[in-house]
Amino acid sequence: MRKEGKEPLIHISKRAALPWYVAWGIRAAAIVLALVVSALICVIMTGQNPLQIYGAMFTGSFGTVRKTWVTFQDVAMLLCVSLAVTPAFRMRFWNIGGEGQTMMGCLASAACMILLRDVLPNWAVIVCMVVSSIAAGAIWAVIPAIFKAKWNTNETLFTLMMNYVATQLVAFFCVVWESPKGSGKIGIINGNTHVGWLPEIFGQKYLLNIVIVLILCVLLYIYLTYSKHGYEISVVGESERTARYVGIKVSRVIIRTMLLSGALCGIAGFLLTGGTSHTMTTTLTDSRGFTAVMVSWLAKFNPVWMILTSLLLVFLDRGASDISSKFGLNQSFSDIITGVILFFIIGCEFFITYRINFRKAAGKEAETHV
Amino acid sequence: MFDFVSFIPRAVVQGVPLLFGSTGETLTEKSGNLNLGIPGVMYVGGISGVIGAFFYEQSLPSPDAISPFLAIAVPFLCCLLGSLLMGLIYCFLTVTLRANQNVTGLALTTFGIGVGNFFGGSLIKLSGSDVPSIALSATSAYYHRALPFAENLGWFGKIFLSYGFMVYLAVAIALIAAFVLRKTRVGLHLRAVGESPTTADAAGIDVNRYKYLTTCLGCMIAGLGGLYYVMDYASGVWSNNAFGDRGWLAIALVIFTIWRPNWGVLSSFLFGGLYILHMYIPSGLNLAVKELYKMLPYVVTIIVLIITSLRKRREDQPPQHLGLPYFREER
Repeated sequence: MRKEGKEPLIHISKRAALPWYVAWGIRAAAIVLALVVSALICVIMTGQNPLQIYGAMFTGSFGTVRKTWVTFQDVAMLLCVSLAVTPAFRMRFWNIGGEGQTMMGCLASAACMILLRDVLPNWAVIVCMVVSSIAAGAIWAVIPAIFKAKWNTNETLFTLMMNYVATQLVAFFCVVWESPKGSGKIGIINGNTHVGWLPEIFGQKYLLNIVIVLILCVLLYIYLTYSKHGYEISVVGESERTARYVGIKVSRVIIRTMLLSGALCGIAGFLLTGGTSHTMTTTLTDSRGFTAVMVSWLAKFNPVWMILTSLLLVFLDRGASDISSKFGLNQSFSDIITGVILFFIIGCEFFITYRINFRKAAGKEAETHV
Repeated sequence: MFDFVSFIPRAVVQGVPLLFGSTGETLTEKSGNLNLGIPGVMYVGGISGVIGAFFYEQSLPSPDAISPFLAIAVPFLCCLLGSLLMGLIYCFLTVTLRANQNVTGLALTTFGIGVGNFFGGSLIKLSGSDVPSIALSATSAYYHRALPFAENLGWFGKIFLSYGFMVYLAVAIALIAAFVLRKTRVGLHLRAVGESPTTADAAGIDVNRYKYLTTCLGCMIAGLGGLYYVMDYASGVWSNNAFGDRGWLAIALVIFTIWRPNWGVLSSFLFGGLYILHMYIPSGLNLAVKELYKMLPYVVTIIVLIITSLRKRREDQPPQHLGLPYFREER
């Protein structure tokens, strides 16, 4: 804070709730501003017309039918992980272990595909995959939750560490089940028999994934907004003391919510392995567990808005990687653009929550400007 | 027989980037900021140093014209500047604009890794020079140079004296940070800011200034870890994503040392040892088991985290206000 004279030049106070259209107006302005800044960076790097660059971003994501499907599939996957971490966030449990929980889901699915392919019929393998990946994700999430509930162990750091334990477990099994031998990785699993592959519906490879995630999105919205559990989560998030006072068992809510969170991550892992890529690598989740934190936060933990925010992030990522290949830049260019836009959106929340009052003439009451 | 004389120096050089990172992050966390952007900051620190060294080497008329002072100072200052900028972004968003620290930190990591890999991959193309790859052997030689008489001292020289100057710098910074935190008034104020900013504010401590200064300082120290990695460990060769998950390991180390930079010295070498242990364990043909060994640092960290929360010793806890923004009018 600046201190000039006795009364500070600016004085910050909390706003009452803004009408939603003003709040979203501010967010839109931040995105526009961010796009301008990113355009400047693009121009400096490539020397091209920024409008052309944004055009190229658009064709990179939606240029062809195939690209559009891939984009929507990516949105669905990111949305699924974001949905998964959201219930925990709503009770201010900072689960940044979505990455590891999703990976455990992938691992469980891949294990079923590999170990049960000769034992069970296809439908039974898929059922086992669903059950085991949900269980694996949930177990991975509930371990930090139990420690948080019983002994108040820091959940951010715990879930963060669990990610890398999961990564190494996956790396371990990648070598155990390697095929072909000696390659150190698992290729496409059951490429000939398609055992454990999710069926294509209406001839579209990714449609089933997208439909499942959309259904989950609606269900989660209903769960969080209209159910008693959802209400308890919100109360715990607002104030643990209030929750205790009104007779909510906080530790039970924490454990139950993290079970749900992990189970959804497990489903994301199942969809990734069974529906999309039919393989398992340590990079299969592609940092979605971390991106999901931002998606969920940007949407104010509202599952329906998350469709938009995950679309925005996937669009940026795919678009920017298309630009980088077109203009001969490095792939990581998309990370820079994503970072810049995130900074702007993160920063703009301040102007929604708080009001800045400038000092008027000395001695007078500070008038409010927005 | 386990070969300690070759194992320990390798563990140390693995540990030094973690030591820089964890010292920086410990200071930051002591001010109540949980900066999850450290992995990104370390990438930026590394690449800023590389950019500085690259342009310095390019500007030389001939390779012999290199001056030892500039070869060390230019990358060093570039690294500090780059990490400082990252720290300022983080502080502006979390302290001034009171944004969520986890989200800001993760965005900073995405951004920082992007910056590192982008410039690492396209620096040559952007600068229009005609070298095949970024190999800053001339400048990195000065970073790598050990004490001249280390060679003659046998195993003692190998274990203690065979490193470049940044190894000793890392140890010194960690010890100084520990001293300042525990023994000085500035350290006391800083800890007060992290434990209870309301109390600190009431006692007349400028909370935001402390948060800004320590977080930026922490980022600069962490950035040096990236610089050490490229200029000394990797001998000036930048390859994308080579730095790997060391940034997260540095954050793990902060927990492992229960927020004490002086413990970080030995712990970081221990972590460095755990990081490369899989190369020394005779596991025969079974490559898979080696992957499990790489899990060790994280598992150990989790165990420490659990034990400290079970024992509930007050001096072993994370700063009480860690991860929460401070707003004076919000009680």
